[in-house]
Amino acid sequence: MPPASVTSRLAAAAAPGFVLERSEAVPALIGRHQDFLFIAGLGGTACDVGAVTGDGAHVYSLGGAMGAACMMGLGLALARPDKRVLVVTGDGELLMNLGALAAIAVIDPPNLAILCVDNGHYGETGWQKSHTSLGVDLEKIAIGSGIKRTHTVAVDADVAAGARLLREGNGTAFVLLRVKPTEPAEFKRNFDASLLRDRFRAALQSR
Amino acid sequence: MDASLDQKSRTGWQHDLYDLLRRHDITQFAYVPDAGHSILIDRSIADPGVHSIPLTTEEEGVALIAGADLGGARAVLLMQSSGVGNCINMLSLIKGARFPFLTLVSMRGDFGEGNPWQFPMGQATQPVLEAMGVICVRIEQPQDVIPAAGAALTMAFKSGQAVAVLLSQRLIGAKPF
Repeated sequence: MPPASVTSRLAAAAAPGFVLERSEAVPALIGRHQDFLFIAGLGGTACDVGAVTGDGAHVYSLGGAMGAACMMGLGLALARPDKRVLVVTGDGELLMNLGALAAIAVIDPPNLAILCVDNGHYGETGWQKSHTSLGVDLEKIAIGSGIKRTHTVAVDADVAAGARLLREGNGTAFVLLRVKPTEPAEFKRNFDASLLRDRFRAALQSR
Repeated sequence: MDASLDQKSRTGWQHDLYDLLRRHDITQFAYVPDAGHSILIDRSIADPGVHSIPLTTEEEGVALIAGADLGGARAVLLMQSSGVGNCINMLSLIKGARFPFLTLVSMRGDFGEGNPWQFPMGQATQPVLEAMGVICVRIEQPQDVIPAAGAALTMAFKSGQAVAVLLSQRLIGAKPF
């Protein structure tokens, strides 16, 4: 018997259309990270953003409270209209609170963008398939929720348009990035929620 | 008693409460619609100085409050007691990170309630909030609204606590159906 971590990785077969490497596509979509304030979902996206920013103080990463990321982004974007806010979260985290897309769409802050890193799986809990491997299309849900600027990045040729959308200021943007079900970036993250809050607020006040 | 006077005495505190929240720099009003909060909701929609944010479920408001705080702004969550049950795990965010948190909860399943469906969550509201580290300030009388809300604002935004103001059905009126 191989160890559980190996069997779970073997079980994470990509659904058709999930071909991009997250380790390349996420940094390519974010570009110059200093241009954003980040909310990162729990699990893989917290590691992705931590690695891209070098554990930046302009990142607030969740370690629980699943389903919070998008609405935290809305509160932050409304509080700081002078900054661009980028929520980077996974398919599982987003699926837990799809209503947030509707709540955000009706406000439509121009300085908010959501990047959903969709690997079709719950990577933290043993690589069970998520709904997006089984036919659910989160970009269509975003469109149906009323978000007007959306894009799916499924192949390299889509990256440039996705990156542009995250930075355009005409209204809230939603970019769905489909990636292979592989491990996120190697990053030892901080789970102290209070320390991250203090650090984020202090850094923002001094910017 | 004059009917319009009676109406004013029953709702006057709601206008005072909105003004109090604004004086304390609340600029984001998140809500799931409820008759008990209708004046606060309508005032926030009409106020160009604030964001009025309709939610699809109450837990979204908990996360919104945390995001607002990261950006240095103050938000309040307006909900009915049944919505408290939808917030439980999301309150981990408030307790774990020590975000200041203020919610105004209009009670159901409480004094004089006529709908039996409201009792399970109504009666569980305060224990559930307290289990998640939220301090409850309960208001029964109109003259107590402003002092109690003022105390809650201080506890939340000066001391960084999580506070729920429970507006009882004795205060807001019970629904007889």
